[in-house]
Amino acid sequence: MLVEPIKGLKELPMEEPLSPGHRLCPGCGASIVVRQILLAAPKDAIIAEATGCLEVSTALYPYSAWNRPWVHSAFENAAAVASGVESGFKALTKRGEGREHPIIVFGGDGGTYDIGIQALSGAIERGHRFLYVCYDNEAYMNTGIQRSGGTPLGAWTTTTQVGSARAGKVEAKKDLMSIIVAHHVPYAATASISHWRDLMTKVRKALSKDGPTFLHVMAPCTRGWRFDSAKTIRMSRLAVETRLFPLYEVEDGAYRITFPVPSPKPVEEYLKMQGRYAHLFLPQNAAELEAIKSGVDANYKRLEKLVQLAVKPSNP
Amino acid sequence: MTLVQTGRVAALQGDEAVAEAVRQCDVDVVAAYPITPQTIIVEKLAEFVADGRFGGEFVPVESEHSALSACVGASLTGARVFTATSSQGLAYMHEMLYNAAGMRLPIVMAVANRALSAPLVLNADHSDMMGSRDSGWIQVYGENVEEIYDRTIQMFKLSEDPRVMLPSAINFEGFIISHDKERVRLLDEGSIKKFLGRPKPKFKLDPDAPLTFGAIATPDTYYEFRMQQNEAMNGALGVFDEVEKEFEGFSGRRYGTVDAYNTDNADQIMVINGSAAGTMRAAARQMNAVGEKVGVLAIKLYRPFPAKQVATYLAHAKTVIAMDRSLSPGAPSGPMSEDVKSALQAAGLSRPVMSVVYGIGGRDMLVDDGKKIFAMARQGPVSGLPIMYGVKG
Repeated sequence: MLVEPIKGLKELPMEEPLSPGHRLCPGCGASIVVRQILLAAPKDAIIAEATGCLEVSTALYPYSAWNRPWVHSAFENAAAVASGVESGFKALTKRGEGREHPIIVFGGDGGTYDIGIQALSGAIERGHRFLYVCYDNEAYMNTGIQRSGGTPLGAWTTTTQVGSARAGKVEAKKDLMSIIVAHHVPYAATASISHWRDLMTKVRKALSKDGPTFLHVMAPCTRGWRFDSAKTIRMSRLAVETRLFPLYEVEDGAYRITFPVPSPKPVEEYLKMQGRYAHLFLPQNAAELEAIKSGVDANYKRLEKLVQLAVKPSNP
Repeated sequence: MTLVQTGRVAALQGDEAVAEAVRQCDVDVVAAYPITPQTIIVEKLAEFVADGRFGGEFVPVESEHSALSACVGASLTGARVFTATSSQGLAYMHEMLYNAAGMRLPIVMAVANRALSAPLVLNADHSDMMGSRDSGWIQVYGENVEEIYDRTIQMFKLSEDPRVMLPSAINFEGFIISHDKERVRLLDEGSIKKFLGRPKPKFKLDPDAPLTFGAIATPDTYYEFRMQQNEAMNGALGVFDEVEKEFEGFSGRRYGTVDAYNTDNADQIMVINGSAAGTMRAAARQMNAVGEKVGVLAIKLYRPFPAKQVATYLAHAKTVIAMDRSLSPGAPSGPMSEDVKSALQAAGLSRPVMSVVYGIGGRDMLVDDGKKIFAMARQGPVSGLPIMYGVKG
């Protein structure tokens, strides 16, 4: 199915799928991720969610910010719950007792990279039709900024502290997109709230596919990353413009960069705005800073090569 | 193997009988993961899918945690949902057991009881379900293949009752019942469908009326949620009777919350659940024949615990023998033994209770073992720490 790119705000519905008044922080990236995605999705979408910031802040009994049917049950199982929801509606549709609905899953980086990856991998392999969104704020923010598999190299968290013997996370960020793409999903993409038209078009493309699809969206966290809460969108934009978080999609195995960055801004511009990277600018951590920069460069070059391949990897 | 036509008598293993009941119960979604000795259920259902005899969705999940998670999601759509597991699998589901019960979802699960690692063992005891005893699931224990076939059908009715809305676990010992081939009088599918109707949950995932499921509570609200759950569980005792009565109407079969054998004339009454109940009845029958006054009270419904019925039947006893196929290290007695003692005390009855642990990890429990235990109770002393019956050395 051909999906027309979103051109302007006028195309969007006026209603708010996620009501104001929820308890997420001012400047929270996650709430903007949800808002943009649900504005691009059909109104009959059903939401499944993993435990995390987004969940505890939007569904505090007796209140709920969700103007969509919504289910949460545990941390590691959002994809498994979604596969059950999909199967339930499928069975009821066969009986003439219901109809199928688009299913959107939200999981943070902890719920996706780490504790939920088994359930996600299983659900994708089984081919359930849903869009899984990883809103990536690069640490366990809900429990107070602990490192996850999505925390980048060099970042300070409360479990990758900065001291005389160690300076932030010593391991690289897990390459989640490659893991998802290796499942041969019909559609997977990265997206940023600073590039909302690109993000919304990707949502519509993903939901048009008959199978599991995936969106990796960067969700800056003012508390965990230590930056001014007015600069969330600026932070998202810089991540893209420095090539640190390239925007691309993988459709039926073919890679395409949806927002090429021919002349990137210096990575330092992004890092310097965040307290979690402050130590990288001390002389003793110069090597780490270099490692981050060369990693960004290598990743983008690898991506460009993948784009050139533009062929679906064959099943073994 | 192929099953005979429904409405007829078949020779079926316990697992096969459960799968056949699931097929007949118009189940919409089955999400399950293989584990010995439950695996035959999954295999059988997959065979039904392949033959076009099961029209629901079969979700071959990648773990037991995901099995129950998928059941939670599916149940929230208003679908009828089933899963099956055992031992390590039930332990792996543990977190989701509480979620399913707390979200008041009428999921039905078969548990082929098996002991837990370490060391790994494939054979039966009740420590898997006893470890999940307080998860808020209705728990029945079956003695034979036909009984667990019947219970599978009944539990959908009980769980889906609007006054109950709680998940149910049908327990039966691994291999002893799961793999034992017995005679089963299969019920007519039309009667089962009429008995069950279709699930009609008051709340479900519906875009026309969006609801939030699985919200976060606070100390101000959590307790009340749990209280509602507890009230529904206690209320299920009465609904269980109604379900059994209606089931009896078309099947002619009824088991009760407890099964009392010769309790009116017994000085020693043994309380037991699961497959060994029948063995103990055989022991009691042989002893009765030579004039010994012994009886057996089988616990069929374990949660909610039929405390009043238990106390009523035990009122006749001079000595109570409380049997547990589960070991609770460091506890004054096994879990069911403690329930029995509480039931007696709540009824104002003072009876010496001999607690016995038996059959751990699949250790055999035969008719002669029953006779020995009755003899021990007659000789006394009967109080104190549980007797570890059948342990070597």
